[in-house]
Amino acid sequence: MEITSHRFKDNAAKALDDAILQIALKRATKAFTSRRKTAVEALDNFEDLRHYCARVKAHTLDYLDHYLEQLVAQIETLGGKVHFAADAAEANAIVTQLCQEKGVKTVAKSKSMVSEEILLNDALEAAGVKPIETDLGEYILQIDHDYPSHIIGPAIHKTKEQITALFHEKLGTPADADIPTLTAAARKTLRQAFLEADMGITGVNFAVAETGTLVMVENEGNIRFCNSYPPIHLAIMGLEKLVPRLRDLSAFLTLLPRSATGQKSSSYVSMITGPKRPEDLQGPQELHVLIIDNGRSQVLADPRLRAALRCIRCGACLNSCPVYQQVGGHAYGWVYSGPIGAILDPGLLGLAGTKHLPSASSLCGACGEVCPVKIPIPELLLEHRKRAVERDLTPKAESLMIGAFAFLAKRPGLWDMGTKAARFGAQFLTDDGFLRGAYLPVLGQWLKERDFPAPAKRSFKEIWRDKLKEGS
Amino acid sequence: MRVALFATCIADQIFPHVAVSTVKLLRHLGVKVEFPEAQSCCGQPAYNAGYHQESREIALHHIKLFTGYDYVILPSGSCGAMVKHYPDLFVEQPENYAKARHLAERTFEVTTFIHQVLGREDIGADLEGLNITYHDSCHALRLMHVSEAPRALLKAAGANILEAEGHDTCCGFGGLFSVKMAEISSAMAKAKFQGIKDSKAQILSSTDAGCLMQLEGSLRRSGEKIEVRHVVDLLWQGVEAKSQMQEV
Repeated sequence: MEITSHRFKDNAAKALDDAILQIALKRATKAFTSRRKTAVEALDNFEDLRHYCARVKAHTLDYLDHYLEQLVAQIETLGGKVHFAADAAEANAIVTQLCQEKGVKTVAKSKSMVSEEILLNDALEAAGVKPIETDLGEYILQIDHDYPSHIIGPAIHKTKEQITALFHEKLGTPADADIPTLTAAARKTLRQAFLEADMGITGVNFAVAETGTLVMVENEGNIRFCNSYPPIHLAIMGLEKLVPRLRDLSAFLTLLPRSATGQKSSSYVSMITGPKRPEDLQGPQELHVLIIDNGRSQVLADPRLRAALRCIRCGACLNSCPVYQQVGGHAYGWVYSGPIGAILDPGLLGLAGTKHLPSASSLCGACGEVCPVKIPIPELLLEHRKRAVERDLTPKAESLMIGAFAFLAKRPGLWDMGTKAARFGAQFLTDDGFLRGAYLPVLGQWLKERDFPAPAKRSFKEIWRDKLKEGS
Repeated sequence: MRVALFATCIADQIFPHVAVSTVKLLRHLGVKVEFPEAQSCCGQPAYNAGYHQESREIALHHIKLFTGYDYVILPSGSCGAMVKHYPDLFVEQPENYAKARHLAERTFEVTTFIHQVLGREDIGADLEGLNITYHDSCHALRLMHVSEAPRALLKAAGANILEAEGHDTCCGFGGLFSVKMAEISSAMAKAKFQGIKDSKAQILSSTDAGCLMQLEGSLRRSGEKIEVRHVVDLLWQGVEAKSQMQEV
């Protein structure tokens, strides 16, 4: 997957023209948002829990060095092995080397956004290891050589009809197969993969510093397979995934499924505390934990942006975002899309190549309202926009225009003259109370698909001086 | 009680009737309204585009201009929300920060001022039987907490509020966003059409002229026929209707 965040506008235009994508997006985001709403409203302490989770995450990030040390010590005491990677290349080198050392040929992999971030599958394939995606959505994408467009619903950009056709082509299911037939076909292939895999790779939703417990939340049971059946379990996590104590989990496990899929609880929650102990009947012989930085420590060191690392990847901000609802995840050009992507991607990838993302918002605030860890997303969008201006990343024409506007806005005499001239000029471009003038700069963009009302002949200020002032 | 009108540049230049209705409505309710004439734009376009230095200068101009008033009233949630942002621009200037904060605390969207500060719900308006769907502009709803007041005033005047699906979803205006990301902005407006149509309302109303301009412009281009009116215009129309009835 090539990063295309710098082409956001082109990507978005393409998405808006894609009729099938539009159907898929509307179906998925509508279902997600309405289920979330019901699930959240059923809680009488949603706001309290949000507040608690936000505080726990903020505290953990403020003392991350301490909690990381604690986590590592716990995992090692339990017999697990912890690896640290500064960036994607280092992370992939660690995984492929581990595979070589252990003679791993096939990997059963569950959905992990951080593995998408580092392009782990490409690295594994290059090293002669076969990764098999076992999450249904990810499996669909893998056999279609596609990539995820949503944090929790990686394949929501595809319609049921497209998937039926894809399975017909790749797996030989009937051309008119129903959903149970399709899932049964995937299940058959995946069951074999679990049995053959030399290693299971999973992501991590929460890592508990106090106990070294790795928590994984899912519905399909494939993560449970990946972390229990193959002889080696490798868990990959971003370095921000920690919570201090086991008892903090209950609040997070209440908010995450409700915010993500609108479920009271997910079907499975795995809590992995070390590799198989002698008295355990089953479980992997080896547990490896790979903790990845890949730009996160830069975000952590930035007091304004640090809050973005609180994210628990529920996807609620994507679903609620009216921009995401129109353009989908691929338009953002990287693994993290929607509002969280628009604040996180500039932090992880740098603002120069991602500067359009923070502007891809009407600042409506829906994202901030649903975020279970209260990340002030709209404020961080504004922060990135401010930095883009400070770093001269905005178009020259825009800064000149804003400069002129500000110059006039604080000089009432000139403001009145300027606006009067504009209203006078607009008269010649007016039909039936609306403007024509599609060739005008700035306004021309508006007029492509919308009408624009003609300015009034007389401003309110003029009317006030004439008629209203005396009456006061 | 000294009350100043912050007319907003969009009402001043494009929809002066909205500011006229605001003045008349407030006077009808016994409020003496002043209009400091040196006002221009709240500075939101600059602020939201990231130009803090420019918006700071505009903010300071208005902070000075509105000194001495007990309340500053706007026929808008969005421009009001910008005034609420003013303190953020002066975190490094304690004196101006205090002034900005003082102004922000006294700034109200007009229907909320009537409902919460004046404590009025029945304002002596007659909008009996009008079917209205109210669009919650994002900044009014989420930053100014305006939701109940416009509905309560319209209802007390006898109007029916028909809630549209997606009444609290962004219309896609977003100030400069509407031209910087014009295609997305238009698509966001269109996404609201079905809900508005299904509500069976005759009139689409809101307290933000920007949203109404976006929705009306988009509906009109698509050939949709629904009347689009600012909530203050409707309320003033109701007051006039009632007083005419009483004269008869």
